[in-house]
Amino acid sequence: MEDTATKKYTFKDFQSDQEVRWCPGCDDYVILRAMLKALPEMNVKKEDVVFISGIGCSSRFPYYVDSYGMHSIHGRAPAIATGVKLANPDLSVWVITGDGDSMAIGGNHFIHMLRRNVNLNMVLFNNEIYGLTKGQFSPTSLIGQKTKSSPYGNTQPPFQPGELAIGAHARFFARIGGNTPKDMIGLFIEAEKFKGTSLIEVLQNCVIFNDGCFTQYTDKLIRDDKQLFVEHGKPMIFGKEKDKGLVLNGLKLKVVTIGENGITQEDILVHNVEEEDPTLHQMLIRSTYPLVTGIIRSVSEPTFEEREDELTRQVRANSSFKKVDDLLFSGETYEVN
Amino acid sequence: MNTENKPSQSTANTKNIEGVVIRFVGDSGDGMQLTGTQFTDTSAMFGNDIATFPNYPAEIRAPQGSLYGVSGYQVHIGSVEISTPGDDLDLLVAMNPAGLKTNLASLKPGHTLIVDTDSFTKKNLEKATYDTNPLEDGSLDNFRVIEVSMTSLTKESLKDLGLDNKSVMRSKNMFALGMVYWMYDRSLEHTTDFFKKKFKTKPLVVEANTKVLKAGYYYAETLELIPNSYTVAPSKMPKGTYRIVNGNTATAWGFLAASEKSGLELFLGSYPITPATDILHELVKHKHFGVKAFQAEDEIAGITSSIGAAFAGDLAITTTSGPGLALKGEALGLAMMIELPLVVVNVQRGGPSTGLPTKTEQSDLLQALYGRNGESPIIVLAASTPANCFDMAFEASRLALEHMTPVVLLTDGYIANGSEPWKIKSTKDMPSIKAPIITEAVENWHPYIRDKESLARTWALPGTKNLEHRVGGLEKDKVSGNISYDPENHEFMNNIRAEKVSRVANYIPELKADFAQEGDLLVVGWGGTFGSLHSAVKGMSEAGYKIGHVHFNYINPMPKNTAEVFAKYKRIVVCELNKGQFAFILKANYGQFEYIQYNKIQGLPFSVNDLAHKFKNLIS
Repeated sequence: MEDTATKKYTFKDFQSDQEVRWCPGCDDYVILRAMLKALPEMNVKKEDVVFISGIGCSSRFPYYVDSYGMHSIHGRAPAIATGVKLANPDLSVWVITGDGDSMAIGGNHFIHMLRRNVNLNMVLFNNEIYGLTKGQFSPTSLIGQKTKSSPYGNTQPPFQPGELAIGAHARFFARIGGNTPKDMIGLFIEAEKFKGTSLIEVLQNCVIFNDGCFTQYTDKLIRDDKQLFVEHGKPMIFGKEKDKGLVLNGLKLKVVTIGENGITQEDILVHNVEEEDPTLHQMLIRSTYPLVTGIIRSVSEPTFEEREDELTRQVRANSSFKKVDDLLFSGETYEVN
Repeated sequence: MNTENKPSQSTANTKNIEGVVIRFVGDSGDGMQLTGTQFTDTSAMFGNDIATFPNYPAEIRAPQGSLYGVSGYQVHIGSVEISTPGDDLDLLVAMNPAGLKTNLASLKPGHTLIVDTDSFTKKNLEKATYDTNPLEDGSLDNFRVIEVSMTSLTKESLKDLGLDNKSVMRSKNMFALGMVYWMYDRSLEHTTDFFKKKFKTKPLVVEANTKVLKAGYYYAETLELIPNSYTVAPSKMPKGTYRIVNGNTATAWGFLAASEKSGLELFLGSYPITPATDILHELVKHKHFGVKAFQAEDEIAGITSSIGAAFAGDLAITTTSGPGLALKGEALGLAMMIELPLVVVNVQRGGPSTGLPTKTEQSDLLQALYGRNGESPIIVLAASTPANCFDMAFEASRLALEHMTPVVLLTDGYIANGSEPWKIKSTKDMPSIKAPIITEAVENWHPYIRDKESLARTWALPGTKNLEHRVGGLEKDKVSGNISYDPENHEFMNNIRAEKVSRVANYIPELKADFAQEGDLLVVGWGGTFGSLHSAVKGMSEAGYKIGHVHFNYINPMPKNTAEVFAKYKRIVVCELNKGQFAFILKANYGQFEYIQYNKIQGLPFSVNDLAHKFKNLIS
């Protein structure tokens, strides 16, 4: 919007006066800082920003941002945020959730928010564990994972949040490691720009109950070899030496080395976030080597509010009802004298 | 009046009566609800006072001819004030044996029964569990039975139109309606106009239905089996413009009015549930008023989306029935904790669990009052008649918005689907609703600073500069709203949330008794039983008994003068369609009185005769 004469905000403008109470060393601090840095870059007014959360460690987030916010009840933030957006589509609405909040108790609201394509952003803090209740397995915990509620190992196969989201018709999905704030800031800004539901999964380390759960992908020493950060229109190349790439082998992804077996950069798949067919996006989400981060999918479609708005405009244009009295006195009325 | 649609009728042998109760019964696919509503609307236009009671099965198309698939529509029309659909029938129209079997007990001895003899086949009699044909075995000797080959006569009258058998069969209900129109001297005009509008693009269907309706009308006129007809004169109702409304429509419209008078857009988050869904059906139509009616993925999303809309500044409501209210409990607690305006409508049905979805009951009162964790006081209101639903939906919105609190409005299946004449209220004559919205930042503003009188907090909407703040379900500091685990603060907040709701008593009307202002017996009721209690007490009052009636629309808090009114009577009887939930509340709040309970849980409204019988026993 060109007339949004937005004041240039800084990190401090969005920082609330509340003491942050997460465990020392938690990735949540990284995410909060990234958000406070990203918000001033989003061309939105501070008073138009709303954070809605459910229950869990991540859901304390709204208290730490100086904007409008609601720390609600377990799993329901997507439905509350949908109501906020329908009531006032001009607001920039952020849902903060975790793997328990969004994948377990709030699974239903999660899929329906995505299906409707409400124009809001959700940051999913995935740490594959219940932190606030002190260490039970979550819907993203791995088979065999030993937790307080699975002392002999977890027997419930996990969800892959991205896979579930795209199954629910997510139009925007991004994933990022909890220790890469720079890329995270960029993703937050892109998510806000995207019209529709933007889902960002953050692989967030829980230092207390599931420490090191993503180290095999996110450790600074190895992450360039283990992670592929995809960008629209660019070949899917990764590795410290930028010599690894993805190709399609039948209906499967295959890692190849550029320069070996006659493979050149031309052979490497080029990332297209706008591809409507989700097949390749789903493959990228499922891939464990490399683990794919960045914006995996970004497909434009009318939002729920736009569809509702358009319908309301049409109905209004064709209706003779302007005031409630017009309705009350319409149709089959009769006089008693 | 269109004379073409009104065949002349000799009035020489018509009888004038004060009121009649008619019930149409048939298969759930026989069109009994349509037949009933047509008779209702026509009689309303004629000027009768009216009360109706649709009674239908939960199955959409139950197996044909089965006892549980019987659908009925009862209407009570009168030239005097009518408060209930009536206990016993003056006329029963039974389209099949199953309808006869399940409804005959309500027909007054000596009164009229119209049956479609064509449907009394061996197969249908078996399905209705008749061993012998009641038309032949003398079991109907106490009634005036009018046997009509309705199916054949309908077929005969349509033989030239070339309609398929299904369409022909579907119009036989109009034959019955035509007969009843003649019996009560009603014009056909309203119904023939209805055909023209409803089947605008199907002239053949209009012609067929009109033909059958007239055929029934003429048949009744010429039939020697009907010795005389009856007229029910117009009722003396206050002057004005009227329409027929049912409770669910009136509820929806009450919210529209509140939206206009508060200047806030209306948001409904709802999930389909019988018998509340018609409120959603009504409100989705009104996008022209900016109504946002959102069909959510479940009951919880219904209320939580409304909480989001309330946070963002809409007049937010959610509609449900008992099982749905149970699911909404936690979220309702959140709205109470945050102190956001929200109206939850519970159209009560038979419980517990899935219970009796299409039947009426008043057994969710304690759930509405206490069905949440923690100390969770909210306003609870109840509507008493179909038209009163309009007023109470408006009242619920006013109290929610002006006092910044959730409100549960209880209606029930009986008044939600029942209809009555409503003297239309113009929104011009209704008060404005002033929500405590703060639009500009002031120094030292905090979200939980309260109005000194009402204790309502101010409402700062997202989008308002410099009023950014956070709310949540955790206990909050009494001023800033920030998280607080301070023991003293927690106790203070519990007390002030309760005090805020009890002070609502300063903003609601006092309780007023009808009929005797003091005396032998006070009849106490709440919600949808108004009509039955009013009729019973009225009858006894006219017979000279010192009996009064108070009816509660405001349950939490109760009117301030409640004890004062109760003290004027020797005995108090509390009548409810449950096991005594309101009596329980009265005992807890006004333990100085003794309460006699009169309860019924059959999924049906009170019978006026039963009530009167009980009251007489209590007085003597």
